[in-house]
Amino acid sequence: MKILTKRNGIIALIIFAFSFPFIAQNDYYLHMLTLSFIWAIAVYGINLLSGYTGYLSLAHAGFFAIGAYSLGLLTVKAGMNFWLALVCACLITCALGFLIGLIALRTKEHFFAIYTLCVGYIIYLVIDKWEGLTEGVRGLIGIPAPGNIGPITFDTAASQYYLVLIFLLAVILIVYRIIRSLTGRTYMAIRNSEDLAQTIGISTMKNKLTAFVLSTFFAGLAGALYASFIRFIGPDIGSTAIMFDLLMYLLVGGIGTLSGPLVGTLLLVILSQNLQFLQEYRMLIFGPLLTVIIIFYPRGIAGAFFDWQRKRKDNTLSGVRGELHIKAEEG
Amino acid sequence: MEILIQQLFNGLTIGSVYSLVALGLTLVYGILHIPNFAHGALYMLGGYITLSMMTLYGVNYWIAMFVSIIVVGLLGVLLERFVFRLLREAPPLHDKIAAIGILLFLEAFAQFVWGADFHTMTSPYGQVVNILGLTFTLQRLLIIVSAIAVMVLLYLFLKKTYTGSTIIAMSQSREGASLVGININKVAMLTFMISGGLAAIASSLASPINLVFPGMGHLVILKAFVIIILGGMGSIPGAIVGGYILGFSESLGATYISNDYKDIIAFILLVIILTVKPTGLFAKGER
Repeated sequence: MKILTKRNGIIALIIFAFSFPFIAQNDYYLHMLTLSFIWAIAVYGINLLSGYTGYLSLAHAGFFAIGAYSLGLLTVKAGMNFWLALVCACLITCALGFLIGLIALRTKEHFFAIYTLCVGYIIYLVIDKWEGLTEGVRGLIGIPAPGNIGPITFDTAASQYYLVLIFLLAVILIVYRIIRSLTGRTYMAIRNSEDLAQTIGISTMKNKLTAFVLSTFFAGLAGALYASFIRFIGPDIGSTAIMFDLLMYLLVGGIGTLSGPLVGTLLLVILSQNLQFLQEYRMLIFGPLLTVIIIFYPRGIAGAFFDWQRKRKDNTLSGVRGELHIKAEEG
Repeated sequence: MEILIQQLFNGLTIGSVYSLVALGLTLVYGILHIPNFAHGALYMLGGYITLSMMTLYGVNYWIAMFVSIIVVGLLGVLLERFVFRLLREAPPLHDKIAAIGILLFLEAFAQFVWGADFHTMTSPYGQVVNILGLTFTLQRLLIIVSAIAVMVLLYLFLKKTYTGSTIIAMSQSREGASLVGININKVAMLTFMISGGLAAIASSLASPINLVFPGMGHLVILKAFVIIILGGMGSIPGAIVGGYILGFSESLGATYISNDYKDIIAFILLVIILTVKPTGLFAKGER
């Protein structure tokens, strides 16, 4: 009976995550973790599209901003209930994602990356310039914290941490179910060769579009959570700088792996919090890191770990085989 | 009428700068199929190097520009040798991400060395000239004339010299070029050198009428991408024509539509083009 199985490890991690507020009696750590969980949700969205379906989208900071602004505007200006606004924010992001995806997915590879980069920039410019709606550079202030569900309130750092944690776990579970299902296999088939996928009868456009809309859904959800957590948003959250941050979390953690987004986000957010003195210059380290990782470890930390594990397994296997071989000779 | 001519002239100026940047981008794309997101950072660096040569060492504008061309060109060579060559067999996703990594680094580097402030570059050609009742600054005329000269030189280099034709050969077929004995690695490095040099020329020319700051390459590179999609990825005449089309539509759009939204014109243009034709205008048949 092995104790160190993958399943037990995951259960231990989840228990640790739930007991963290009791272990760390420090709001700062909780705040940091909550924030990185929110980013991680968005990174899972990008991973589903870029990692599994093979389309590098550079517009997701824009969808993140759409989610955040939808929630902000609905609660602040329309006075809507938080939970209803959260659902609406996700729906709005999905609807826009659907329309943009419909056009963007006609393009491929480089064109798709450039196209989405431009879409992201347009979203940013519209938020920045449309002062009548979004208050422009002044930003939206006074976004309410999540509303109560019956007796449960979300006014302490710990309760918000739990809220975001539950959303994150749900997102991971959904992504896990998707990639283990036929749908997920279909996405990977499209990533590996779109022409081949089409020949074996996969409707690539339909599948790419679902992947795109799902990934914008996660980005929008993360944006909405971000808005209610930070309670102030400005146009900067849709900028390419945020997009590149998200991309880096994904790449460092491991693109196309299930654990990658979480590992990368946690690691880099914590690292950049500790390199606070470097805040403006952290790209001096992270930029080359990104390039080096893509050259030598294209599947990030998670990918490198799995490769190492497999190699070890292979070695022990061949070792066992070697022993058997020797025994056979001796016999 | 006067406004129209003035704006057409402005369009010609901006268009010249755009064309030069787009040319560098399209050359690299043509031979290596890398959309070099770091090209905007090379542009930015070119501006800074010219500026600091002029302010710190007090050298002549042209010499400063020459130094900048060499430095940025060599940087391009380094990028090819140590980053993109290692990724030549990798999936296309990796090139893009590596280029983004370089972009982030170079921007942080510029901010680290020169600070986040906006700098102005004073050019020795600040005079105003009057032609037929219209006023032009000499620097703007200089931009147009030099850009056209550079384009002509580049054209002659590519078409009339042996080295130049190796670049064309490689853009037509990498395997074919390699079969007839062209050293692909050398050609790739040369192309990156030219591409970096063009970016440095463009920013050195444009800086006196704009500002020098770490993010100055952002919009320019995005627009250069729009241009090469407009003109066909990898097409050299396409990059030139596309650059001028965008220059004119921006300067006219700024006057007649809205100055606030002039930057958005390029992207709307791109969205429309790719919506209608997902592989870009003038795309050569599927490879």
